[in-house]
Amino acid sequence: MTFPLRAPNLASRVLHGEAIVMNPADSGLFSLNETATAIWLAADGQTPLRTIVESHICPDYEVAFEQALADAEELARDLAQHAILLLLPEPRPNPCP
Amino acid sequence: MIVQIGEIPIHIRTDNPGFQEMLNKRYRNFITPSNPAAITLSVELLAEANTQDLDLAVSGNKDLWTIQRGDFFSTYNPTLRQGNVRQTANPWSIDALIRIIHSLELARNRGFLLHAASAIVNKRAFIFTGASGAGKTTISRLAPKSASLLTDEISCIRREGEVFRAWGTPFAGELATPGDNVSAPIAALYFLRHAPENRIAELSPAEALRRIMKNILFFAEDPELVQLVFSTAAEFLERTPVFRLEFKPDASIWDLIS
Repeated sequence: MTFPLRAPNLASRVLHGEAIVMNPADSGLFSLNETATAIWLAADGQTPLRTIVESHICPDYEVAFEQALADAEELARDLAQHAILLLLPEPRPNPCP
Repeated sequence: MIVQIGEIPIHIRTDNPGFQEMLNKRYRNFITPSNPAAITLSVELLAEANTQDLDLAVSGNKDLWTIQRGDFFSTYNPTLRQGNVRQTANPWSIDALIRIIHSLELARNRGFLLHAASAIVNKRAFIFTGASGAGKTTISRLAPKSASLLTDEISCIRREGEVFRAWGTPFAGELATPGDNVSAPIAALYFLRHAPENRIAELSPAEALRRIMKNILFFAEDPELVQLVFSTAAEFLERTPVFRLEFKPDASIWDLIS
């Protein structure tokens, strides 16, 4: 299971449903479409990717769960390669128990 | 002498009358009387130029910035608001340094410098951004006679309350003349491009944010300041109508704009 987490120290803004993410370390800019933005916003390090897909993607888009999950996994790997998303094997400890 | 751009005053201290006279001429529209809040920048003039061809490098932290290029070396303390520079008696080194200090100070004051021409028409500022060759100087030359030209090269944009305003700057492009030292609330931002016909199309804030970040002048690699500039740019675009403007070089374009 994968627990996506937004990488720390990034600058981001959601404008009209699309997130623009900037890595201040190198000023690299990333534009996320609506579905990628939904995943990005839900990536709290505690929610499994499949739960994010179930609760944030499938209800809003007419897509089969397995297909949506496969697309989300590919997207998450891509964002992780650009260091704007971390893919945790276990949930991040809750900072506010 | 105190040079004040976008309400950020810099007291340039030099004991060389010739250099002072050159600065007086270059920044003539932006010289103000004494201001105790001014940043102090002490200039040490060198007899010979450094022959090293070094690219601009801005490094440091909240306490001390080091700013250097082949033609100058400077340190700047943003807490004390004091700096110094070693350079020969030329206008380009100090001009570059003033831009950099402004970009650092504006970042902390919800503002930024943008590669853009700007002008005030009917008490509203219009900003035209684009890379070299996009038409910044051309559209400045075509501005109505009643317009106040703020700059044909680098615009100063700063938030004041809930409003973003544009200020004139002495940073000139091909017009080679300093802008008017006035400001106004910003009515619209245009991404410029030369074309055979005039055409205007609205841009989404997300698309505008992607584009504007490439045109903002920011030299330091400090992540905190970069985040501030990014946030300010996003806030600016959320409050400002943004368009892509293709234009042919005649004055009719200003009817479409204003």
